[in-house]
Amino acid sequence: MSARSETLLWLAQRASAAVLAFCVVVHLATIIVAVQGGLSAAEILARTRGSVLGLVFYTTFVLAAAVHAPIGLRATLGEWLGWRGAARDAVLLLFALALAVLGLRAVAGVFGGAA
Amino acid sequence: MALLRVKVWRGAEQGAFQSFEVPRQASQTVLDVITHIQRHLDGSLAYRFACRVGMCGSCAMTVNGRPRWTCRTHVDTVAEDDTLEVAPLGHLPVIRDLVTDMTPFFDKWARARGQFSGARSRHDDFARIAPDDADRRQVDAGIECIGCGVCYAACDLVSWSADYLGPAALNRAWTLVCDARDAANPARLRAVGGDAGCHACHTQMGCSERCPKKISPTAGIAGLKRALARALLKGEL
Ligand code: SF4
Ligand code: SF4
Ligand code: FES
Repeated sequence: MSARSETLLWLAQRASAAVLAFCVVVHLATIIVAVQGGLSAAEILARTRGSVLGLVFYTTFVLAAAVHAPIGLRATLGEWLGWRGAARDAVLLLFALALAVLGLRAVAGVFGGAA
Repeated sequence: MALLRVKVWRGAEQGAFQSFEVPRQASQTVLDVITHIQRHLDGSLAYRFACRVGMCGSCAMTVNGRPRWTCRTHVDTVAEDDTLEVAPLGHLPVIRDLVTDMTPFFDKWARARGQFSGARSRHDDFARIAPDDADRRQVDAGIECIGCGVCYAACDLVSWSADYLGPAALNRAWTLVCDARDAANPARLRAVGGDAGCHACHTQMGCSERCPKKISPTAGIAGLKRALARALLKGEL
């Protein structure tokens, strides 16, 4: 790939890493605080459904992961399996889309709908 | 007299270690040991050196598993139980015994546009660059490279990605990116920013750990990434 594309991917990797670092910390802290004393699935959904803040936060989280993971995998596939070139990049683009779609579906399930 | 047991690689890509016994001397270097073997024990041993004082970069070999410059590596600091194992430098084709073919290494310097290309002629005045200029300091940090290939042999990424330009070529490119007199720069950044260029680096500093000149190619590579990002945002790539 050209220097332009490689640099764009590098910037996307760096930026998504920064977002992920923030999101993972908030996510873990929320879980730890929320489950103190035990929680059932129904109780979780009762709290999350309709939360705009939760929806925005986890949508960002999912999109950052969908950008970050395939770029990292791209290097791993090239270095470990010697798989480089357009076919690899096309498969990874599909992988990124799959991560985004599945992740957003989960976010919609947990945070969408009426409170 | 104390003896050193030395195993030396013989052959090319295919070959085997041959054992020798070499008398220990005070302040003996690994290159002294190899020279003793070639002069006194087996004249057919092929190896390479020139300056013997850490300037020419021709004597690097794998000593007890690690790439090192042999002329300035004292036996005392590397021998384990009075034994040494000396093999050719890694990640390069072996010509014979301890001599590697450095062609791929230096071809990558050329691919990284490691040549200075100035814009001034003999009729122009000298460029005046202050000693404390920030870019000049970056150049100073990387310019003493002797082209020994130790960092290249220490870089795992070279073994996984045969095309990877490698720490020395990228360090060289960085010294030119920071050189105010050089006129090839957006093109050089394009040359080091592709598939096999600086973005592939894992930033784990194997190269910097091993460089005998205490250069940090990793820092230069990070500088190239920043320079490429800036050039991209300015629309120069
Ligand atoms: S820091 Fe980069 S260039 Fe240096 S050894 Fe690691 S991958 Fe190779
Ligand atoms: S950067 Fe250091 S290890 Fe690499 S070639 Fe130059 S002097 Fe040798
Ligand atoms: S012989 Fe010149 S650097 Fe070792």
